[in-house]
Amino acid sequence: MAGDPTRITMVTGGPILVEGPVEITLDDGRVVRSDRFVVALCACKRSRTYPICDTSHRPKHRRGES
Amino acid sequence: MGQLPRPRGPISEGILAALSGGAPPPAGDPDPFGEDLHLSLYVCYELHYQGFDGVDPEYEWDPGLLALRRDLERVFLTALRDGVEGGTDVEAAVDAAMIDSPGGISHFLEDKGELWHLREYVVHRSAYHHKEADPHAWVIPRLTGQAKAALVAVEFDEYGGGRYARMHAKLFGDLMRALGLDDGYLARLDDVPAPMLAVVNMMSLFGLHRSLRGALVGHFASAEITTSPGAARMTRALDRLGVAETVFFTEHVEADAVHEQVLRRDVVGDLLRREPALAGDIVFGFQATDLLEGRFGAHVLGAWDQGRTSLRETPDGR
Repeated sequence: MAGDPTRITMVTGGPILVEGPVEITLDDGRVVRSDRFVVALCACKRSRTYPICDTSHRPKHRRGES
Repeated sequence: MGQLPRPRGPISEGILAALSGGAPPPAGDPDPFGEDLHLSLYVCYELHYQGFDGVDPEYEWDPGLLALRRDLERVFLTALRDGVEGGTDVEAAVDAAMIDSPGGISHFLEDKGELWHLREYVVHRSAYHHKEADPHAWVIPRLTGQAKAALVAVEFDEYGGGRYARMHAKLFGDLMRALGLDDGYLARLDDVPAPMLAVVNMMSLFGLHRSLRGALVGHFASAEITTSPGAARMTRALDRLGVAETVFFTEHVEADAVHEQVLRRDVVGDLLRREPALAGDIVFGFQATDLLEGRFGAHVLGAWDQGRTSLRETPDGR
């Protein structure tokens, strides 16, 4: 079953990009499917649509602001 | 195909007359953000999209109308260039777009919007979402390499990945119907004021001019970066108002989180490597989007703060 390797891109401070379609099994047994060409998986655990990224990882302020 | 709108001044009146055989009017010296200029540009551009009922499709390439369109575009483009900061720092433009500033329309709708506010907002946006992704398709033949491949992948997603039921323009029509609004193509154009038409005209302007391909890419990246948090707030606004048809917004939360990454890395990044001289135009696309979305937000919230409609007053009202 050797094919092209699954391409995954880790975004620093952002999501993990996986080429779709994907099927994700969560700890509680829930299965999430997405057939988008690229799927952004949440790596910060802040997403309200976890395990799918909703951009909640973004900074709330401009650099240098408190 | 839409119905011809009502005119909003001498230029748009002259254009409507020209579409049934008259001579196009002179551009004169119109307000670059005014109703007459923006309806005129919108009608000229629409000839390149679906066109209008009863209008000969050959008017798309009428030299007189094209010359007038060019004159109006120059007025608009000059005002856009004068209205932004400029520069060539693409990274800073991306960073600025990532900051989710409070005080926007989606914040208002999430916090305290009523159903009529939501309906008005949807009517405004229908000037774009009936042809969602179409203005960006113009840029495809103007790109090469990874930038082109990645932009096409995002566009494929916008069009529902080959499934009409999931095409974003279709999802928007579903939302309009759920709100009791006429979802016919551009059916509410007469109600949409210049601040929204200017946003759509910017997309058509950038899309139809190869010389502005960098600005189109900057605009597209800016839009995809900024829409995801706004769409999340819109989903919560719909939930609060008891509107069940939320797919248009839930889809944009997820889709635009992906599109943002693809546009930043593979489209903007690759285009800059291939054509570093376009950095200024890419930044311009970001800044012009911010300028026009800011004007649109100020218009809508200004009207709502006074308890009045943000749409044009027309006989059929809200």
